[in-house]
Amino acid sequence: MVRTHPALRLVLRLLVVGYLVMLVAWPVGLVVTHTFDHGFTALDNAFADPNVVHALKMTAIVSVISVLINLVFGVTISILLVRYEFWGKRALSALIDVPLSVSPVVVGLSLLLVYNPINGWFGAGLADAGIKIIFSTPGMIMATTFVALPLVIREVVPVLEEIGDDQEWAARSLGASPVQVLRRITLPSIKWAIVYGVVLALARSIGEFGAVKIVSGNIVGSTQTATTVVEERYQNFDQPTAYAISFLLAFASVICIVVVAVLRPKNES
Amino acid sequence: MSRKVNSLGRGSGLALGISLTWFSLLVLIPLAAVVVKSTAGGWSGFTHTLSNPQTQAALRLTIGDSLLVTVLNVVMGTVIAWVLVRERFPGAAILDVIIDLPFALPTIVAGLVLLSLYGPQSPFGVNEANTRNAVFLALAFVTLPFIVRTVQPVLEELDKDVEEAASSLGANGFTTFRRVILPSLVPAIAAGAGLSFARAISEYGSLVLLSGNLPFKTEVASVRIVGFIEGDNTAAASVIAVVLLVAALVVIVALDVVQRRVSRRG
Repeated sequence: MVRTHPALRLVLRLLVVGYLVMLVAWPVGLVVTHTFDHGFTALDNAFADPNVVHALKMTAIVSVISVLINLVFGVTISILLVRYEFWGKRALSALIDVPLSVSPVVVGLSLLLVYNPINGWFGAGLADAGIKIIFSTPGMIMATTFVALPLVIREVVPVLEEIGDDQEWAARSLGASPVQVLRRITLPSIKWAIVYGVVLALARSIGEFGAVKIVSGNIVGSTQTATTVVEERYQNFDQPTAYAISFLLAFASVICIVVVAVLRPKNES
Repeated sequence: MSRKVNSLGRGSGLALGISLTWFSLLVLIPLAAVVVKSTAGGWSGFTHTLSNPQTQAALRLTIGDSLLVTVLNVVMGTVIAWVLVRERFPGAAILDVIIDLPFALPTIVAGLVLLSLYGPQSPFGVNEANTRNAVFLALAFVTLPFIVRTVQPVLEELDKDVEEAASSLGANGFTTFRRVILPSLVPAIAAGAGLSFARAISEYGSLVLLSGNLPFKTEVASVRIVGFIEGDNTAAASVIAVVLLVAALVVIVALDVVQRRVSRRG
């Protein structure tokens, strides 16, 4: 170990604690205290507002559906990437991470260009067939799915690589069908990785703002979500409601990280 | 051991086909549409958008502040990771959870969170809302975990014998840190810095409430893109989007080169 001077160690500690308190802990704490400035009235008022309740419902519907889509495709793509050989595999593996470095605003823009009903590449045809994507729930689900897409795959791929495929081959040589191998061997062994991936994707989906704002059109009482209602209320000087909804969102996301933190060591032991 | 590899059968071939179609419809085709749209006005459309002074100011602020925040993270992220790995003190576990908060919090909530301490109702009377400091603050908040989380595992795995050897050969603490520890951390720091920069230039949600989006002053590139979309000028929005994509790519590639050079020398 490097022997660091005790004074330097103290300075470093104070620097780190001070930085984290000023940047994260104190401001987050203030949102909690602001929410309960007048007891539960802010939360009660928020829940009494039909537009707020509708926005919360929209967030719940959109995030649950997009997490389910990411679950199915995430697990499928992970298994294909690790267990199969096909042309373009390395390119696909690199492209999967792209949504992580694209601005949410650009995600919204990209979906708008392809699916808007007036001159979108596919949107015009879909609109003729009576299918509405932009400014409606399907577009919001697509935007949310886009931004959270790599999360399940990034959790599952390393675990699949780690466990290897000896057991799968053993089962196959004993006459198990592909479906049996998947259900009895592969899925149980990546169970926890899938759980982490789903929790992380859920947290990301609940909190998505920029991409959803652009494709939803942010129509009050219709396509507004919990995050876009926070913006609208804050700008319209209804700060208690903005704080109350922020508190709910922060609470949900903190639960998600705590769940991951609690589950993770169990799996590694 | 050589890995036994499956070639695609009928079922897995179908699964691959459906997955690729889904991925293309959701991600690849829409992103391609942005690139195509950005070239719709030809080279002159590109330069016309980028020569607009308001756009230039937004891009300069975004890229400048993202570089500054990344430098801050390189220093603070490494220090935080060091303290969390090497020091034992009460409350260290709580600090470890606090690091993850900026990743977990929705970006719009992150903006509101910072407003409550640095906005008009600040308990210590600073009002940084709608200033350039607010932009810097928001970017520092959302990118905090990147370098901490890439450096931490490397520091935990580091072989302490090498440090012992260096100090028994007479190296002082600083020399050991500079010559032994730092070189093995550089790849992790570079990787974290790349992620941090890419995130900073694309940030939107946390800035909406905090920065006030004042043209020429606190307006960042993402806000400018939203402005163009709302003004139904998707071609100009696409031009800025492509500039952001290229900037992120350049920094990630540059850091990858740094990473390789360091690991070759080590």
